[in-house]
Amino acid sequence: MAEVMLPMKMEMANDPSKFTSPDLLHVLAVDDSHVDRKFIERLLKVSSCKVTVVDSATRALQYLGLDVNEKPIGCKDLKVNLIMTDYSMPGMTGYELLKKIKESSAFRDVPVVVMSSENILPRIDRCLEEGAEDFLLKPVKLSDVRRIRDSLIKVEDLSFTKSINKRELETENVYSLDSSVPLQLKRTKI
Amino acid sequence: MELVQMQKSLQDYTKSLFLDNLKVEESVLGVIQKLEFMGVLDSQFLQLQQLQDESNPHFVSQVVTLFFQDSDRILNDLSLSLDQQVVDFKKVYPHVHQLKGSSSSIGAQRVKNACVVFRSFCEQQNVEGCHRCLQQVKKEYYLVKNRLETLFKLEQQIVASGGMIPAMELGF
Repeated sequence: MAEVMLPMKMEMANDPSKFTSPDLLHVLAVDDSHVDRKFIERLLKVSSCKVTVVDSATRALQYLGLDVNEKPIGCKDLKVNLIMTDYSMPGMTGYELLKKIKESSAFRDVPVVVMSSENILPRIDRCLEEGAEDFLLKPVKLSDVRRIRDSLIKVEDLSFTKSINKRELETENVYSLDSSVPLQLKRTKI
Repeated sequence: MELVQMQKSLQDYTKSLFLDNLKVEESVLGVIQKLEFMGVLDSQFLQLQQLQDESNPHFVSQVVTLFFQDSDRILNDLSLSLDQQVVDFKKVYPHVHQLKGSSSSIGAQRVKNACVVFRSFCEQQNVEGCHRCLQQVKKEYYLVKNRLETLFKLEQQIVASGGMIPAMELGF
């Protein structure tokens, strides 16, 4: 189904230079599939996010500095605002990665979104119970990524939101953000 | 057990073996017929095209190239695994799952749907069914590969002669 896009939103999506760098969401994407890594990276970049992509849960833990066996390889200055992980991966699964992140004091507050090609209710429930922010069915849609991004932007922290607010008020946009209400994350439709 | 009962059991068992083979062939044929009614690509391919722009003008061909590389490798591994004396389904299943995933991500729906059938034969540990499905998956893969390569050639020709690639207009 075609997503109806207002011209203002399309302009913003295609021109990330309008945003100052530190205000962009930094997303760590984890997927063992080469094709899916390329795809999710593009979806996130088009949604004005900074992206780091890794090919396994182990590498994700290394990047975050949570792997006790290896020295951290990531750049600690780039704070991770969101982790998106595939569910079925060889070695450590996305579910196990989710658990490890939620068990860590440093990263338990980082939202984790799980992606899967299988619509298995017990799997979805398990992930949500373990603290996943959301569960997306693959192939992931641009509208999914945008929805998650929008719900994570904290109004008081990022000037990005202020610039959206300003533009949308100026154009009397129907989809204007109400900055007095914290954005609610909606559950994925099952 | 009485002789008559044993004979009946043997008859029933033999029939079931025969029927199983027929069922495999029937179900795969049924799938082939359904596949032939559907396009090689679905709307997911359009999603890929929408993600391509001046800042990333080769995105679609890059993703598709990755798909070709992954698929060539997977199909090779599958052929080897299924040719073993004793088929290790623990090896076969993840390969089929992976191919299903990547074909779904680029919109190669016939490859994806053939993989779905392949996967259920894996779950049943049905070697003959798996062989049959591998044949079908390969056929669908080479078909979509051929079509996509032709598409990219046409696009390159247009760009080379200074033209713009027309945007797809479809009611998806």
